Amino acid sequence: MTAAPTYKKKDFMSDQVVRWCPGCGDYSILSQVQTTFAGLGVLRENFAVISGIGCSSRFPYYMETYGFHTIHGRAPTFASGLKATRPDLSVWVISGDGDMLSIGGNHIIHALRRNFDINVLLFNNQIYGLTKGQYSPTSEVGKKTKSTPYGSIDEPFNPITLALGAGGTFIARSLDVHAKHLQSMLVASHDHKGTGLVEIYQNCNIFNDGAFDTFRGKAEREENALFLENGQPMIFGKTTKMGLVLDHTTMKVVEIGDEYGEEDCVVHDEGNFIQAQLLAQLKAPDFPVPLGIIYRCERPTYEQSFQDQVSEARAKLGNGVLAELVKGGDTWRVEG
Amino acid sequence: MSTPARIEPGPNASLDSVVIRFAGDSGDGMQLIGNQFTRTTALAGNDLATFPDFPAEIRAPAGTRAGVSGFQLQFANHDIFTPGDIADVLVAMNPAALVANLNRLKDGGLIIVNTDSFGKRDLKLANLEVSPLDDGTLDEYRVVQVGITKLTKETVEPLGLTTKEADRCKNFFALGMTYWLYSRNMEPTKQWVTGKFKGKFAEANIAALQAGWSFADTVEIFGGQPYMVPRADDFKEGEYRNIMGNAAMAVGLAAAANKADRLLFYGTYPITPASDILHALAPFKNYGVVTYQAEDEIAAVCASIGASWGGSIGVTGTSGPGVSLKAEAMGLANIIEVPLIVVNVQRGGPSTGLPTKTEQSDLMQALYGRNGDSPMPVLAPQTPADCFDVAVEAVRIAIKYMTPVMILSDGYIANGAEPWLLPDLDALPEMKPNFAKAEEGVEFQPYSRDEETLARPWAIPGTPGLEHRIGGLEKQHLTGHVSYDPANHQFMQELRQEKVRRIQADIPETEVFGDEGGVCVLGWGSTYGAIRTAVVGAREAGVKVGHVHLRWINPLPKDLGEVLKRFDKVLIPELNLGQLIKLIRAEYLIDAVPLAKVQGQPFQTNEIRDRIIEFSKEA
Repeated sequence: MTAAPTYKKKDFMSDQVVRWCPGCGDYSILSQVQTTFAGLGVLRENFAVISGIGCSSRFPYYMETYGFHTIHGRAPTFASGLKATRPDLSVWVISGDGDMLSIGGNHIIHALRRNFDINVLLFNNQIYGLTKGQYSPTSEVGKKTKSTPYGSIDEPFNPITLALGAGGTFIARSLDVHAKHLQSMLVASHDHKGTGLVEIYQNCNIFNDGAFDTFRGKAEREENALFLENGQPMIFGKTTKMGLVLDHTTMKVVEIGDEYGEEDCVVHDEGNFIQAQLLAQLKAPDFPVPLGIIYRCERPTYEQSFQDQVSEARAKLGNGVLAELVKGGDTWRVEG
Repeated sequence: MSTPARIEPGPNASLDSVVIRFAGDSGDGMQLIGNQFTRTTALAGNDLATFPDFPAEIRAPAGTRAGVSGFQLQFANHDIFTPGDIADVLVAMNPAALVANLNRLKDGGLIIVNTDSFGKRDLKLANLEVSPLDDGTLDEYRVVQVGITKLTKETVEPLGLTTKEADRCKNFFALGMTYWLYSRNMEPTKQWVTGKFKGKFAEANIAALQAGWSFADTVEIFGGQPYMVPRADDFKEGEYRNIMGNAAMAVGLAAAANKADRLLFYGTYPITPASDILHALAPFKNYGVVTYQAEDEIAAVCASIGASWGGSIGVTGTSGPGVSLKAEAMGLANIIEVPLIVVNVQRGGPSTGLPTKTEQSDLMQALYGRNGDSPMPVLAPQTPADCFDVAVEAVRIAIKYMTPVMILSDGYIANGAEPWLLPDLDALPEMKPNFAKAEEGVEFQPYSRDEETLARPWAIPGTPGLEHRIGGLEKQHLTGHVSYDPANHQFMQELRQEKVRRIQADIPETEVFGDEGGVCVLGWGSTYGAIRTAVVGAREAGVKVGHVHLRWINPLPKDLGEVLKRFDKVLIPELNLGQLIKLIRAEYLIDAVPLAKVQGQPFQTNEIRDRIIEFSKEA
């Protein structure tokens, strides 16, 4: 392996004009990805950025890497075929809530269970942007949009629960504008051997402005977001220090003080599947919004398991010889 | 119908060719003994062609006509092209199989029937009031009645099998009888059974095979002496194997990728009748073959494109309904211009249609079934073994022209088998991809073109200095940047069209078999054998007729129009309602006439021959 040169963020900026709406959360995400890539120690030519269709999926055009803007909902499938044959590449899937959870719903669940060592960034703005403002599979019930003038009646997906159910091995959540946190999640996903899913709450200032306002800005997130740290108690809030305790089988918000101390709070354990399920259920305004690595476990990657089978076959049968392949089993000779 | 040909018994009577049809319930193992008879016959040096004909249900209600599974085989001492129109011999394991197949048996043909399955219940399941063994139905045939079930049970009794296991051996008893009848060697099957089954069950099947053979020999049910079908001596010198179409496709794909020194990535979703390609490729892990059973048809093709982008040979295999689902991704492969092979093993449509039956009705879908003008090279194999050559050819063209390619196989050749002269591997065409590399001081242009082929460079991720973006949005000529420029779009559309047209320079000129005037019978794909036999027959009947068979349908051979115009008239037999004919009429303004058949069954040679004779007389 050639050591990667020291890159700067600008080494990952392509010459294409970025054409998202001014004020879109995508700008920040792009910036954090470019900054992160520069520091991963991966050769630039070994990055492959693959997207589907939608606002977020224009992403590859703005990255000075190998990029592939594919078709609606299918980005994880292209990534799977690429990674299966090119395990040497660092593969990044860029997708939105409509692309990944609606038309591409089937592919994300299968990508997660197969556990290719790829990274999936889910830009969740809870709306369809590129088609100009219809509700999405993560829009809340009752949401009034162009296609739901009386309010949406669909129960939304919870992407974290979905990913847990699909057998995801790295499931994290972050915010478009929280540069430091997002970068740390991208690095952690990269370091994880397996499919890393990072749900990024992303504000669409045109069609769904303010969807995450209660915990997105610096002041708000200090109050209402729960920043998960493995091995640390679940504590949040700046003006009043709050914590989460277990009440039978559910979480309960308590004030840290006389009745409850930090030691009473649930300690985050990334490997605890049940706890991850509980965290996935926490929603504003009754609960803080959990950000960080919600669940992480180790499981063989698809490409590794496949390579193991190839090695076993080669050990047992040797390297295949074309003449033998063509012969198959029984043959007979016709003499001239 | 052809002339009745009564098989008369005689001492070691030598026959030129025989058509035998095994028919029984889906659970009776007819495909298994059909394949064993095929293998043994191939090893005996006969030319042969097979036609498995089975229901879509794995186990349709036992004993019913819906559950009848058939396997037809023609073997001969000379070159043959089809599994035969109708059988000389029918092996019928129950009443449903008997009555459902009588119309596929020659008048005066031989029936070997298992009388143990003609009880009241069996007849009722077959919707019969009276046993056809008793009501005169079979008067025109030579019937050999054998209590196959009982004889098998008695044979395997000492081995202490369960009743169910013992019953499952009866197909081998029937096979043993046919082996005796045609002087086949039992050893290959015995060895196969030993490798396939374990312990007592293997012993029992071998015992049943032997018992069937001995029974035929001792009881003289066939009149004393077996028949001979001498080996075919018009075979070219060399090493042969028997091969089915799907297997030949799998081997061809693997061989081509190997020749190109690339991984073969076969992304697929199980679908009848294409799944056997996956089954054939999956064990080839030590040959650089990656098989990937995706979550659906779309994922299968997209993963294959992803693999191709990374420098592998991406292939996806499916049948018509799957191609419908892959259409959008094929359009993407068209605009991003990477190699991709789509294998469509066609079946009866539309929709789910007739999954286990054959048809050629996806030609228009292959040519036009994508949004936008999206030209895609299309080629079709003509026989089971030809699938190998077609697979190699498709991979060669896909790499050389950086294009998706569609192969149109079908259920008939996918499951049919024939002897195959093993190819000279050194003679396979060169197809090493020429991956792009960065050049000092030159800005990389991912949509620059090879002057001759118009192919764009294959620049795979991991190549330093060639980082670039591709995608489904229209590309600017040379730079590959997204472009909405109207003139550029027209330019690119015409360029992609022209690129496919230029493949004409790479494909053989049209070959004419037979006469170069009079009637031209123009076909494509799996109808080759039936048309060739029919044309031979019509010429023997004095008709001036030639046969042109297309391997490439897009592009068509560049001399095709000129060749067709040498004929007075053109007849186009197809297993669809007339698809190639529309293309031929549109391309060459030739007033061709269709011969359309859509019954889920291949053409019988006499259907085509009779039509040629009739057509030749029409004004």
